[in-house]
Amino acid sequence: MAYSFPEEVLEHVFSFLSSARDRNTVSLVCKSWYEIERWCRHRIFVGNCYAVSPEIVIRRFPELRAVEMKGKPHFADFNLVPEGWGAYAYPWIAAMAEAYPFLEEIKLKRMVVTDETLELISKSYKNFKVLVLTSCEGFTTDGLASIAANCRHLRELDLRESEVEDLSGNWLSDFPDSCTSLVSLNMSCLGSEVSFSALERLVARSPDLRTLRLNRAVPLEKLANLVRHAPQLVELGTGAYSAEIRSDTFSSLADAFSACKQLKALSGFWDVVPSYLPAVYSVCSGITSLNLSYAAIPSSDLVKLISQCQNLQRLWVLDYIEDSGLEALAASCKDLQELRVFPSDPFGAEPNVSLTEQGLVSVSEGCPKLESVLYFCRQMSNAALIAIAKNRPNFIRFRLCIIEPQAADYLTLEPLDTGFGAIVENCKELRRLSMSGLLTDRVFKYIGTHAKKLEMLSIAFAGESDFGLHHVLSGCDSLRKLEIRDCPFGDKALLANAEKLETMRSLWMSSCSVSFGACKLLAQKMPRLNVEVIDERGPPDSRPESCSVERVYVYRTVASRQRLDMPDFVWTLEEDSSMRYALYVLEALVLFQRWFACLLQFRWKLGTLPLKQEENWLELLKMSTIFTLAELSFTNKDAIFNVIFIRLWE
Amino acid sequence: MASASDCISQTGPGLKERNYFGFSDCSSVDRSTVSSAHLESKNNMNMKATELRLGLPGSQSPERDSDFSLLNSVKLDEKPLFPLAPSKDRICTLSQKTVASGNKRGFDDTVDGFSESKTTNFSEGNWMFNATGSDPGQAKLAGNVISIRPSGTQLAIKSEVPAKTLQESTNKIIGTNTANAPAAKAQVVGWPPIRSFRKNSLVTTSKTNDEVDGKPGPGALFVKVSMDGAPYLRKVDLRMYSAYKELSSALEKMFSCFTIGQCGPQGAPTRKMLSESKLRDLLHGSEYVLTYEDKDGDWMLVGDVPWEMFIASCKKLKIMKGSDAIGLGSSSYQVLLHFKAKKSLMYPCFVWDLAVYQCFYKESFRPDYGSDVPECFVLMSDISFICLLAFSCVFLECLLRLRLYLLFILNLDFLVEAQ
Repeated sequence: MAYSFPEEVLEHVFSFLSSARDRNTVSLVCKSWYEIERWCRHRIFVGNCYAVSPEIVIRRFPELRAVEMKGKPHFADFNLVPEGWGAYAYPWIAAMAEAYPFLEEIKLKRMVVTDETLELISKSYKNFKVLVLTSCEGFTTDGLASIAANCRHLRELDLRESEVEDLSGNWLSDFPDSCTSLVSLNMSCLGSEVSFSALERLVARSPDLRTLRLNRAVPLEKLANLVRHAPQLVELGTGAYSAEIRSDTFSSLADAFSACKQLKALSGFWDVVPSYLPAVYSVCSGITSLNLSYAAIPSSDLVKLISQCQNLQRLWVLDYIEDSGLEALAASCKDLQELRVFPSDPFGAEPNVSLTEQGLVSVSEGCPKLESVLYFCRQMSNAALIAIAKNRPNFIRFRLCIIEPQAADYLTLEPLDTGFGAIVENCKELRRLSMSGLLTDRVFKYIGTHAKKLEMLSIAFAGESDFGLHHVLSGCDSLRKLEIRDCPFGDKALLANAEKLETMRSLWMSSCSVSFGACKLLAQKMPRLNVEVIDERGPPDSRPESCSVERVYVYRTVASRQRLDMPDFVWTLEEDSSMRYALYVLEALVLFQRWFACLLQFRWKLGTLPLKQEENWLELLKMSTIFTLAELSFTNKDAIFNVIFIRLWE
Repeated sequence: MASASDCISQTGPGLKERNYFGFSDCSSVDRSTVSSAHLESKNNMNMKATELRLGLPGSQSPERDSDFSLLNSVKLDEKPLFPLAPSKDRICTLSQKTVASGNKRGFDDTVDGFSESKTTNFSEGNWMFNATGSDPGQAKLAGNVISIRPSGTQLAIKSEVPAKTLQESTNKIIGTNTANAPAAKAQVVGWPPIRSFRKNSLVTTSKTNDEVDGKPGPGALFVKVSMDGAPYLRKVDLRMYSAYKELSSALEKMFSCFTIGQCGPQGAPTRKMLSESKLRDLLHGSEYVLTYEDKDGDWMLVGDVPWEMFIASCKKLKIMKGSDAIGLGSSSYQVLLHFKAKKSLMYPCFVWDLAVYQCFYKESFRPDYGSDVPECFVLMSDISFICLLAFSCVFLECLLRLRLYLLFILNLDFLVEAQ
């Protein structure tokens, strides 16, 4: 039937499938669909830049227009991945520069992007439009200057939380005067002052500008001017929001804001002077997203601001909001979907604000659409977690960080197992979970039993034994990413669930009790997994095999297992070729034994088995039991090998 | 004022002693002698952390000097007991590294500590904060030192047995030390899970508060370090270090690979001498100087302000060729003080009063060790000179005690300007 459709029709049908996963499924239907699909795939997402090589991607998808890629593991955000680990963008960009001259979009996350890379991007692609660098590092403003100067059709330049080395603020003036296509500019991560006149000219000549996120160095006095040039803005990130209190500054700012009828998102507000906040009140009714996570606003002023934003859907805020502010939020913002509360003083020994679990409970009560939470606090109780779970079974993302590691329920001094258990039991759609506090293996049993849709799980300072990890790996069917630090999980759970790891994108374990020997076994057992041992103490084989490794990062890959850019503290476990051969022999023998057993039974039934060779059969049967043993205890195969080889070849 | 002179009187004898030993550079031992002899005088220890020292950056060999925690100084205190001094030195640097990089060993053992004795661990956690603060920590402080001591003696005993066992036992001891060290607990890397980007901006947003409180927040403060001729940048967390010399020794480790080649011309050093000459070369020789960009965007020489101020204002570090760094700092009208001394006597003697080094802020301070005998040029503005005069009694007494030779070379330009 498929052949009767013209290819164009199928292509058109496929174009309605936006999710990469659906398209993957489509390409598995049959060979011709695979062919059609690969020629009309224009955007790909690579969740791990080492899971595939540029060559493979280019071979399969010749017509790409947009590439989105992630590099380092998520824990790199918290400095758990040593500097220089890898995730360099250059090899990808260089390979794609030849293959896709018409590439339009590059989005990179947690990758190392050099100035050279940026220059290559700016010069290789004729019609380059979108560059989004999230949490990337390694480049300077010089690289940005080459992007600005050479990408004539640039629509989006978004640096998110990248670490850019500021050499000069003049890169903005490298945008040619003919550049009017800019839709989005986010430079909030830059530290140095930018050339303000260049910025103003750029904003003024970009009629389509929808998103503008300034950096801290842009003073409040200049903001009114900029905003006046761009009343069409939808998202605005302010610079420093402080100035001497002057009525004319205030009124010009308020006027400028009131002209922005389409404004939906506000962020920035560095060094905020709360008395200037009322300037934005005029646009607050339209605001759906508010990022105040860099703004130290006292609770009372926050409440005033938030109560203006009736349609708020997303709020990021520092814990200065306190419980009282969250109560006010619950009362006024009924559309709230996402809440993130960050700590203002995460390293202080004593709480500096009165933010407890109560704030989250009241938001979960008051905001029926709440589905995503990131919450830092200093105390938590099972009762509160149960209440939250009952209130909001619609959570998709639930990330709770109790700042003190292994903090128990402060009321009962019990572990928080039942609380988190209630979360996974009630929230059937939960996809992302981060846990903290005192947790035993019980909670992992709950997770394995209930969290069937969980895709990403972060665990720290939790669990008691291998069973914890085993429950998670064997129970969570949809698990894709698992990151663990400082937990007593070790070899047994890992090896027992080795097959599971191949269905996941990655597993990160640092400061756990995974031995180097287990890593080796895992690598031998699962040839499609890359097992990276990251250890800054020196080569792991210089220590006993039972010695725990510092960090192990396991991911599936179709590229070569030996990546070329490994620093000297990373070891990928090369297949030991003799071992590999032995494994093949073993597998072949097991197959042979099964086949032979069938044959035996068959001939026995037929009555054609020559009885006089009975001794030989018995010998063979003995051997087959050995093989079965070998099959069962794959992990102990060193010992088994010896037995087999002695039996067979001696 | 009183505490300053106090400190001088205690430091003095130790230094003389040192001089008789004829060691070239072992001031840490002096300091630890002082600290163990006068545990009560903890205030002095704290003073030292903030004191302005000549010979920064990296004036002391990092291998031998690690007084960044009492822990190490106690261990060093037992130095004469050890027949295997070099390996012990390595232990110190290792444990230093463990704390500095906060790598896994620290965690593991911290966590072990957790499960074994949760309560004690907690109290030790408090101890750290108290110790940097005020008196109440003192009793606990002493307790902690005592609890460390057995591990040190254990090491001393083990040092007789073959090297391999020693290695193991040292590993163990490093572990326990780190577990006991409250610093390791307070600095669990990556916890709470806040992006380093956010953390950096947190530090800057709360900086104003810090200045009001007068104490820096314990959060990480990453700054980039570049070096002339080095192909890559590194980042260091300034809050990991509590004094200039820790920083400089850390930097020395990071960038040593680029300087090894360059210390050849200085006269062929033996293998043993290599590290020392390298260090000198790297950070305070004429070859390289350590500079930083302050929050106003000016490039200054590291060491020109007290450490706390440095942390608060440093945005970037750069290891410059010495020739490029000439003319940095805003010191063109100064009084030039010229000190000559035996080099082992140089460092601990500058117990300036706080008021003096407040005046140092923004002025330049440039250590220069060209030859065997170190020479320090202290460049000060007229105001700090006046302050200096005000405290000169103490100052001179200090110098006399330490048998320093003091030469005032007055550059009278500022007087002309003043008139």
